Amino acid sequence: MMSGAAKLLLITFSMIFTENYVLVQFLGICPFLGVSKKLDSSLGMSGAVIFVMTLASAVTWLVYTFIMVPLGLEYLDTIIFILVIAALVQFVEIVLKKYMRGLYDALGVYLPLITTNCAVLAVTLLNIEENYNFLESVVDGLTAGVGFGLALILFSGVRKALERAKPPKPFEGLPITLIAAALTSMTFMGFVGIADKLFG
Amino acid sequence: MSPVVTAVLVLFAIALVCGLLLVVASKFMAVPVDEKFTKIRECLPGANCGGCGYPGCDGYAAALADGSEEKTNKCTAGGNTVAQKLAEVCGTSFEETVKQVAFVHCRGNCEVTQKKEVYQGTQSCKAAKLLFGGDGACQYGCLGYGDCAAVCPEQAIRVIGGVARVIPSRCIACGQCVKTCPQKIVSLIPEAAAVKIACSSKDKGVPAKKKCTAACIGCGLCQRKCPNGAVTVVNNVAVFDYDLCTGCGACQQACPQKCIL
Repeated sequence: MMSGAAKLLLITFSMIFTENYVLVQFLGICPFLGVSKKLDSSLGMSGAVIFVMTLASAVTWLVYTFIMVPLGLEYLDTIIFILVIAALVQFVEIVLKKYMRGLYDALGVYLPLITTNCAVLAVTLLNIEENYNFLESVVDGLTAGVGFGLALILFSGVRKALERAKPPKPFEGLPITLIAAALTSMTFMGFVGIADKLFG
Repeated sequence: MSPVVTAVLVLFAIALVCGLLLVVASKFMAVPVDEKFTKIRECLPGANCGGCGYPGCDGYAAALADGSEEKTNKCTAGGNTVAQKLAEVCGTSFEETVKQVAFVHCRGNCEVTQKKEVYQGTQSCKAAKLLFGGDGACQYGCLGYGDCAAVCPEQAIRVIGGVARVIPSRCIACGQCVKTCPQKIVSLIPEAAAVKIACSSKDKGVPAKKKCTAACIGCGLCQRKCPNGAVTVVNNVAVFDYDLCTGCGACQQACPQKCIL
């Protein structure tokens, strides 16, 4: 059994690199392709995702451990988590609008947008599946968000280069973007196996 | 209690708590939205073109609502109808908008303008300009790779024969092309303008004409013929002051290069 700190490091490393939600597990592809056109919008989106994933991990872990487990309702995790995440995002939006106008304006339209991001739901479900404790869940959520952000920001750079390139006519637009996404994803496959050797 | 009932009840309870939380939150933490802002925003077309000089319709509406902007006729896309509505909402007198259109001050197409190099790089004006100022002999003219056409939200610009042309009926005068053109040869002029200069060359007469047979040679005939003093030749190219121009057409007839359209 590895120590607590080592496990947190392992989670951090694997969520950002080896188990990257976008590039390795192919979750949250829609915002990945939709928002990566420009660097500033991808920064805004990553900020919002990191924020929501961390919060959602914390809240759903509490709901699961203190409400669902005692009542034996573990099998309802998907539907309850969707409900909780949606309500949470709405609530956070109201609070931010009132007390942190700057952050609200910075996150802008991306905050309500990620209510329906499958990567957010996946983080919370996987936290439960992996039997993480509260701290591990929160770190998992945070670092999964960072991994998402890293993928988004890297890919916005790739897309900038794509704009200058002149692919053959049939590949223009989305096809070449998807091919580029696949290549970026393959580079992240290179991290597989490193995590266990480093922290195992 | 059967598991089905528990499941339904718990889900219902969680949903109820979430709902109540949101209701309470929206009640107690509501941020009062300026009513004037909402009303003004409803009047604006919502194209977010930036023609008013603000970042999008929201920006213009916010400026009007808090009083930092007084002019209600800045929305170029909406024209007089929107200006009228805005004046009503703001309680100011209605000022007519001057409908403007973008105009490319160049007509150096493939036939009249010499090429000085063969450019095979990225098909963009910005990129082409980086390489010795573009492939045309005239360093001031339209590069013809259509950066302006690409940013135009209304598809109002076409590149025809190597020079960009604005279709006035489609133009909403948002000014995106004006900002984008690396040569700075697109400008907004009143739609009603009877005459416009179709050249931006700052070269002197002979070299200008050598590079492009359609160039303004800066002879100054238009300036002398204009009865209202609306034309001045600055840096070897005619410049119009549309506040003074009456549209008599004297300059047009006098121009030996026929570059006043």
